[in-house]
Amino acid sequence: MRALLDVDHVGMTYFVGGLLSRRAVRAVDDVSLRLETDKPEILAIIGESGSGKTTLARMILNLAKPTDGAIRFLDTDVTTIGRNRARMRFMRQVQPIFQNPFAAFNPLKRLDRYLFMSARRLADARGADIEAAADKALHQVGLSLAEVRGRFPHELSGGQLQRIAIARALISSPKLIVADEPVSMVDASLRMSIVNLFKSLRDELKVSIIYITHDLATAYYISDRVLIMQGGRAVESGDARDVLVNPQHAYSRLLKESVLSPQDAGKPFVPVGGISA
Amino acid sequence: MNTVPAQVKGPERVLSVTNLRAYYQTQYFGISREVRAVDGVSLHIDRNEIYGLAGESSCGKTTLIKTIVRAIRPPLSIVEGSVMFNFAGRECDIYRLNRHELDSMRWRRLACILQGSMNVLNPVRRVRQSFIDFAFRHIGQPMPQFLALIEGHLARLRLEPAILDNYPHELSGGMRQRVTIALASVCRPDFIVADEPTTALDVVVQKDVLGLMREVQREIRSSMILVTHDIGVHANVTDRMGIMYAGRLVEEGRTVDVIRNPRHPYAVHLVASLPRIGDTTQKQGLEGAPPNLAAPPPGCRFHPRCPLVMDVCRKEHPPLVDVAAGHRVACWAATQPDARRAA
Repeated sequence: MRALLDVDHVGMTYFVGGLLSRRAVRAVDDVSLRLETDKPEILAIIGESGSGKTTLARMILNLAKPTDGAIRFLDTDVTTIGRNRARMRFMRQVQPIFQNPFAAFNPLKRLDRYLFMSARRLADARGADIEAAADKALHQVGLSLAEVRGRFPHELSGGQLQRIAIARALISSPKLIVADEPVSMVDASLRMSIVNLFKSLRDELKVSIIYITHDLATAYYISDRVLIMQGGRAVESGDARDVLVNPQHAYSRLLKESVLSPQDAGKPFVPVGGISA
Repeated sequence: MNTVPAQVKGPERVLSVTNLRAYYQTQYFGISREVRAVDGVSLHIDRNEIYGLAGESSCGKTTLIKTIVRAIRPPLSIVEGSVMFNFAGRECDIYRLNRHELDSMRWRRLACILQGSMNVLNPVRRVRQSFIDFAFRHIGQPMPQFLALIEGHLARLRLEPAILDNYPHELSGGMRQRVTIALASVCRPDFIVADEPTTALDVVVQKDVLGLMREVQREIRSSMILVTHDIGVHANVTDRMGIMYAGRLVEEGRTVDVIRNPRHPYAVHLVASLPRIGDTTQKQGLEGAPPNLAAPPPGCRFHPRCPLVMDVCRKEHPPLVDVAAGHRVACWAATQPDARRAA
């Protein structure tokens, strides 16, 4: 089987501080994961803030260069991708979706411009094809070009904006989508429709999705596999249902115990005792 | 034979909000616009009770608590209704107090815990200075006693006295949020407003911070209004909860009743759509978008998205009526099942 994405023992060390107080921060340490070309799946990366989730995503998106290890996308080392055509080809196949849809779009720019630009630059569409490509992508997320044309970001709700962000990512027919906390800024009533959309992208468009989150319940709901990170290291990984129902590592168990469930209503509140003085 | 007044019999009522309407009114270039962020909300909170307020963004939760503590400024103004506090047996309408009375009440009686702890603490002063700025004049004790009191209170929240010499950026998010809880509770206020106090925290830290917050609240027997959109937090911490939709309270009751047996279609959806570990059933999002509060739909504001919509919903707004003891719902379909059958 050919690997779609092969993350091979990557690590990332940042240096923070000034000239005299320089200090190394190991953001990601020896993480490996692999996605196959012929089996589209949703891989959830779970962890607290500062656990290296976002750094790992930035390295996969080729926005940051790993200090050790290698990331290969379809057998090409992503660090060798230059600025020009090779990068364009890579961007067509790997697309990001970010946390805050209100920050992802310029408030002074019409939303359709993002879609048309992506169609022109990433899907090589010309003339009437540009609108057709945008319309097709919007239909895949349950919207249409007629609803979006000429609208500014403030005219739409967070859920709709996040759908447009996903539609924009879909224009170039990517093989991999890296979604960094895509639903944490979306209202509860609209959240599940976005989460269900990811499921249908996997099943119908055969897109693999790396879903970065700290919400164990949605990770359980949509993902096939999970990777739990703590302090830059992968502490547990495996089938989503197995890992989240019966976590083995002490940290994964602590995470699961900390989830506040609506089922707890009426039961006594038991703190997990993670705070030390 | 003495007759006991009605208020003394039941639990002591600390806050009564009656038919509160707060609108954002703007007028630019001759175009006047009115955003009805809080539209006819009535609720009450008893002593030693945590009242939860849930609802999606822009449903008026934050506007409601701003009007409750009189932290409003134009264009937000009160159109109708009253906010009555009962502190130590003394009833007062917060909008009838003068400047001096309000200042003496703040922090001593009425305190706030806000979402971004980084925005509460002064980033260029040590934590000690923040305590002095916030609480010193309300406590009215000389500085050495004041600092000893602060240290004792920090210990209650499992914080070392040494953190008083730290700057806010030197503390972790969970510690900073505990510092803001300590700030809000150090004067033992009768009423605490907590607006999304743990939303910025990680799950592990969140549960412990909530536990400590509840512990301190029980100890000083204050009442609390806790605003968060996370139903899991409500289930674990609050005694009673209200669900807001588009500026109105649509359901209210004991947290257990609201979560186990929601009646309003919006509440039903909100609870049913939450994914759970171990539950593999398909969950659905709600179609449509929240209404624009500058031009809300006529009748029930939820009717364009409601699966149980009837004719009456499009014309008249449903009143908040009792469906069980202490459980109130504003929905024609839930309160008049006969009307639905006939329709």
